[in-house]
Amino acid sequence: MSKKQIETLVGLFVLLGMLAIVLLALKAANLASFSFNTTYPLLARFDNVGGLKVNAPVKSAGVKVGRVASITFDSKNFQGLVTMDIEREYQFPTDSSAKILTAGLLGDQYVGLEPGADDKNLQPGDTIKMVQSAVVLENLIGQFLYNKAAEPPSKEGSGQK
Amino acid sequence: MSEFVTSLGHWALATLATLGHATAFFVDLVRNSPQSLRRPYLTTAQVHAIGNRSLIIIAASGGTVGLVLALQGYITLSRYGAAESLGLLVALALVREMGPVITALLYAGRAGTSLTAEIGLMKAGEQLAAMEMMAVDPRVRVLAPRFVAGIISMPLLGAIFSAVGVIAAYVVGVLMIGIDSGAFWSQMQDGVDVFKDLGNGVVKTIVFGVATTFIALYIGYESEATPEGVAQATTQTVVVSSLSVLSLDFVLTALMFSTP
Repeated sequence: MSKKQIETLVGLFVLLGMLAIVLLALKAANLASFSFNTTYPLLARFDNVGGLKVNAPVKSAGVKVGRVASITFDSKNFQGLVTMDIEREYQFPTDSSAKILTAGLLGDQYVGLEPGADDKNLQPGDTIKMVQSAVVLENLIGQFLYNKAAEPPSKEGSGQK
Repeated sequence: MSEFVTSLGHWALATLATLGHATAFFVDLVRNSPQSLRRPYLTTAQVHAIGNRSLIIIAASGGTVGLVLALQGYITLSRYGAAESLGLLVALALVREMGPVITALLYAGRAGTSLTAEIGLMKAGEQLAAMEMMAVDPRVRVLAPRFVAGIISMPLLGAIFSAVGVIAAYVVGVLMIGIDSGAFWSQMQDGVDVFKDLGNGVVKTIVFGVATTFIALYIGYESEATPEGVAQATTQTVVVSSLSVLSLDFVLTALMFSTP
């Protein structure tokens, strides 16, 4: 093979390889919706973070506005401290509330932000004051059984399960 | 008994000596690579021999692995009603693990053995010694271009493997089985991260390329100058390359993907 032919074939090969990488990045991965926006951190303290994981989405009105950056235990007031990275283009009023919700019935958990009505916005590093912890299934079941047992006596005994 | 202990010590020292010699060889390769890029046609010709010629086997294997992954994945996922996640399953499996590892194993078998045999026979035919006599550094002229060509080819081959695999999975899942095409791609795009999954996969292919090419070149360089020696060297290349690819894969996966 002549030198020219070999170089053309190698060029085609490199082109094909790069095309494969770009195809994978766009079609298989999330490069198309990747935002290079900078983020700012917001904190929230929950009594129970439930099954919330790092990198869980933070959604407001159902649209993803950020990600959970870290979950640590605050040993001063024995609460879970969740640090969220919110995209800089979204600002929330200082009286916004954060709830830990579940996607679907038994799906992954995420943080839902509901905006308040204040004029001033949360600054980077601020703590969200109004929070609602995750719903723990065992507590719900315990509550339900306790209520069942406290009904007018059609059967005695505490709930068994 | 004492002969056993003596031979054990002898073997241990010989292994250490081999490791040291191999490290010196590797440092030599890296040191001579920039110089060899002054004649880019050398590297280009090697990329043609290593990369282009491996394209058919890599693409065909990628296609069949994608097909099989899609079929098996569908059977298992539909048991839990999660058949729409097929795209996510196949893409993650290919991009994170199977793409880099299977490409590296095939590459070691195809390109690694050809490199070993070529270098071994060049050494046996005293071509490398003749080059040295003419004040042409064989490491710059012969060895380093092949090393650089391997590092260039492996990521490209790995990406082609994964891409063809994903397309083959699409053919099976959407066109043949009938999963919803929108769910196929959107679940995949949601779950595969560009930097964490695809980027780590590319890093893996680069590491595997360095390892397999280096091992092939070293074993070829140190092979005996006989037909049996070359035959044994090619077998050794495949075995050592495969084992090191799999061990490196474990180390890299633990580094990249384990949650703290």
